[in-house]
Amino acid sequence: MSQYMLLLYANEVEGEELAEREAEIPTIWSELNRGLEEAGLLVAAGRLHLSTTATTVTAISGEAELTDGPFATTKEALAGYYLIEAENLDQALGVAKRIPLIRYGHVEVRPVRGGAG
Amino acid sequence: MSDPVADAVARAFRDERAAVLATLIRHVGDFQLAEDAVQDAYAAALTTWPRDGVPANPGAWLTVTARRRAIDRLRRDRSVVGRAERLAELVRVDQQEHRAVIDESSIVDDRLRLIFTCCHPALDVSARVALTLRALGGLTTGEIARAFLVAEPTMGKRIVRAKRKIADARIPYEVPRDEELPDRVRGVLRVVYLIFNEGYSATEGDRLVREELCNEAIRLGLLLRELMPDDAEVWGLCALMLLHDSRRRARVDEHGRYLAIGEQDRSRWDQVRIREGLAALERSVRLRRPGQYQLQAAITALQMEDEPDWQRIADLYGALVKLTPTSVVELNRAVAVGFADGPQAGLELLSPLLHDPAVERYQPLHAAHAELLKRAGDRAGAARAYQAAIKLSANDVERAELERRLQDL
Repeated sequence: MSQYMLLLYANEVEGEELAEREAEIPTIWSELNRGLEEAGLLVAAGRLHLSTTATTVTAISGEAELTDGPFATTKEALAGYYLIEAENLDQALGVAKRIPLIRYGHVEVRPVRGGAG
Repeated sequence: MSDPVADAVARAFRDERAAVLATLIRHVGDFQLAEDAVQDAYAAALTTWPRDGVPANPGAWLTVTARRRAIDRLRRDRSVVGRAERLAELVRVDQQEHRAVIDESSIVDDRLRLIFTCCHPALDVSARVALTLRALGGLTTGEIARAFLVAEPTMGKRIVRAKRKIADARIPYEVPRDEELPDRVRGVLRVVYLIFNEGYSATEGDRLVREELCNEAIRLGLLLRELMPDDAEVWGLCALMLLHDSRRRARVDEHGRYLAIGEQDRSRWDQVRIREGLAALERSVRLRRPGQYQLQAAITALQMEDEPDWQRIADLYGALVKLTPTSVVELNRAVAVGFADGPQAGLELLSPLLHDPAVERYQPLHAAHAELLKRAGDRAGAARAYQAAIKLSANDVERAELERRLQDL
């Protein structure tokens, strides 16, 4: 068996639009997740908070720098992922700063909805 | 006619709001909910104080009332995450503390937590400034928007978004650990100085609101000083802001032109502010940890003397360049050296900056270049430098002054 990462992209909507979207499909989501789990295919899945809650870490300039917001450029490509448990954002950023990739790339730290707590 | 009760509420709002809010955020664990409850408490003060009189300890009254309002809000609002635990915690605190005197040291800690949260580096700088002014300064969103020349809804969105990030990304409500503390304190000081500079240096916008920004920044500085009395840079920043602020009314002439310290009417300097500033500077220096704010304050203090000691000023700029090696600091150093060791020495330091992309289009660089060339006796060179400065000037009053100097050559 091989592992595959499925990356989910969508327009971010709020308020009524979001309520509409969520009203239609919760059963489809839960059926999908249950089915995958029963088949032994699901490793992990989660829903992220809005991209405005993201913090991007890089140390390309030599020192670790934080930026408010998601990572946005077309040149660099997604290269890997960590899913971690952390007490709070500082702890999560502390882990991000230890990832060697930040010396030549970026790590976007996004809170997962309904995560640890 | 002023209404004494309304005045008492306004005073309590100014003096107590940050502390009340800071403590409630810790108990309720949610910035927005705490802010709404504090707002409720002020509304309650406006209706009950005229009837029952102003309480002996307005801060304690507001703390207890805000906590009860937060409990009410939590009971009504089922959408808040972790509602049951928060409610239980609040009720427990309320029963435990309902007669107790508010503990001074925990208020200090709460306000520190609030400052570090508002100035968290994962927030956008403009949001840090806005949140700090709102949560600790008690400015309204409209006032902050006017001060930064942004539309009120834009500023409102910025603040809401920041609060949401604090909640969703779990930006911790705590004083950073020792290994992070120096960096984070620097970050807080930067936000306070940004607020001050926004009020002090900008020429546009509502003058009263801008003065309010300077006052707010100084108040925040004094609060930090109370909270972190052993930090040399906290004292240094206070000194710097106070010394600048002492010259607030003297730094622009009747045509709106900015005057250098040496050109200002000293009788318009605020002597109380100067004394406070010098005392803060002395305290900072005694802690024996020079930093950028302390050095800038020392330079400002020397420049404000009747006969400035340019040699010492140049030496201090030399030290400042090592800490903050920016082109603007290099330029100021060149000017100081030009006064200390003669125009040739100043020109030697200034020349490389003329090809520095960071400042080559910076009007003050060319004006300073012109002054040095004039003093060195190079009239043609000075004329060319003035013309370069005039081209880069964005402001009519400034341009007229540069043209006058060019004519004088």
